Amino acid sequence: MSDLTTRGSDNSGDKPLPEKPHGILARPEYEGPGALTVADVEHRPRRSDLDPKAARRVERQITLMFLLSMVMVVLFVIAYVSLNSTQTVYIPVLGLIGAQNVALGVTFGAAIFFIGAGAIQWAKKLMPDVEVVQDRHRLASTPDQDAAAAAQYERGKEESGFAAYRILRRTLIGALALFPIPLVVLVRDMWTNTDPALEGLSPAEILSETAWTDGLPIVVDGTYQPIRPEDIPVGGLVSALPENIREIQKEFHNLNERGKSAIILVRMDPGEIRSQQGDGWDYQGILAFSKICTHVGCPIALYEHRTHHLLCPCHQSTFDLADSGNVIFGPAARRMPQLPIGVNEEGFLVARSDFQEPVGPSFWERG
Amino acid sequence: MKALAAHRRHPLMALALLLIALGVVGGAYGVVTTQPTAADTVMVGDQTQIEEGRRLYLEGCSSCHGLNAEGTSAGPTLIGVGAAAVHFQVATGRMPLAAPGAQAPVKKPDYTAEETLAMAAYIASLAPGPAIPTAEQVDYTNADVAEGGILFRINCAQCHQAAGQGGALTQGKYAPSLMNSTPTQIYEAMLTGPQNMPIFSDQTLPTEDKQAIIAYVMELQQAPSPGGMSLGRLGPVVEGLFLWTAVLAAFLAAAVWIGIRAR
Repeated sequence: MSDLTTRGSDNSGDKPLPEKPHGILARPEYEGPGALTVADVEHRPRRSDLDPKAARRVERQITLMFLLSMVMVVLFVIAYVSLNSTQTVYIPVLGLIGAQNVALGVTFGAAIFFIGAGAIQWAKKLMPDVEVVQDRHRLASTPDQDAAAAAQYERGKEESGFAAYRILRRTLIGALALFPIPLVVLVRDMWTNTDPALEGLSPAEILSETAWTDGLPIVVDGTYQPIRPEDIPVGGLVSALPENIREIQKEFHNLNERGKSAIILVRMDPGEIRSQQGDGWDYQGILAFSKICTHVGCPIALYEHRTHHLLCPCHQSTFDLADSGNVIFGPAARRMPQLPIGVNEEGFLVARSDFQEPVGPSFWERG
Repeated sequence: MKALAAHRRHPLMALALLLIALGVVGGAYGVVTTQPTAADTVMVGDQTQIEEGRRLYLEGCSSCHGLNAEGTSAGPTLIGVGAAAVHFQVATGRMPLAAPGAQAPVKKPDYTAEETLAMAAYIASLAPGPAIPTAEQVDYTNADVAEGGILFRINCAQCHQAAGQGGALTQGKYAPSLMNSTPTQIYEAMLTGPQNMPIFSDQTLPTEDKQAIIAYVMELQQAPSPGGMSLGRLGPVVEGLFLWTAVLAAFLAAAVWIGIRAR
């Protein structure tokens, strides 16, 4: 027993051991089956091993932690009963947050923390920490075990008849080979449109067509009011939709068309427009571009009216609206499609045709 | 870590932990909410005020915007920007700029409210432009918050984030958080398009719609976070990042502590 604790002290010999061992050291050393050999390394005894006072102090600490855990559980119940779930509290850094939520979280978290901290203290300070050696068993199986496994496999093959019934084996393989086909069909089916008017069209064709047609008025998204050119000042931005968007949504019970035909209108000094996707597609400096990023289809309207950059918040693709909506930064592979616009007899902004290239994210046929 | 391990045996440590826990619970009652200040709008216009504004302009602004507000290579022209633009930029401290850079940050205003209005009056006297919105225009008491939310998500959320927390733009520019903006400032920003923000004119976004947006932002400013730390209301990505950095770091520290040999 003293053999264990003096191992390190023999060499250093600085501190004499207390005469009477305490704590775990007072117990007889465990022997018999399962006992581990003490490692042949220098062992440094802990303060609590040497000094009974230190051991008592650790004991008190751990007791206090377990008691604190109990206190926290009591506080948890009190908080649960007394605090209203709608009460809020201002806590610096965290801000205005639910009072009950904080109280319950802190007390419950502290309760389990003190149990854990006490257990760790106990293990570190009072339980034996003598270095021992535990030999690892051999990883490879023995030849006998190998032979048994092989024999078992052979017997299984024999008894199941997998080798004998050739027709069963082959049809099973065939059935498993065909099984994934429905999954492929379902994936192919994902783009199929339920609209009879679009039947037989490929995804490329469906995505190439939006609700915009020649003469269709442009309305403000949210208020659905038609727009006059003079309503948009230089530097202005308007999120817009085709006039008939709400009827379309009502008819199909989905937002697909909104996802395709959403546009933004921006107005810049005509002198600042360096190029457009078509001759005269603007109206007095008002340009209409798709609102859907050509990368993976996030709606974008982060328009900087001094640089004319349109930034996608998802992956930072940046388009230069003063230069045909070309990509100047980021992962987008295609420019932002532009919509040719004009005004009708009543002086409202209208589309002059559909988009001339598919809107939305790039896909296989489009590249 | 060693120092922490040395101190944790201190008898006062447990007491300190208890005090912290009790303090957090006790603090639950210290509810502090701030009400947004009323719009501080005053009419602009008389001649002495314009003269005073011109003097202040020549002193503080003309080095960049030109002696006649015609603009220089260092700053854009202010002819036609209106009183609203001046009031917004100066009252929020964005102008005069402390230093040239990608963004004009909010700072403590350099001018008093009176001086700001004088400069606004001078700029407004040069050419017609958007006026400072009246108290009536920014009164959002009867506005539809839900409608404001829809309009905010259509027109504002792309840059200022769905909960008005702000976001990054290109090359060091950013859309600021709206959590400290007043109704007047929000109205003026939509009307004048400060820095790179586009203009949302009263024709495409009428006054009622602007009031609805203001009501929504004010609602956001006062909204509590019943679920705990809001983390800028930036959503699950931020929460995930927080877990993977701060919380994981705390767990690692705890694991290290468990593994440290006791003395």
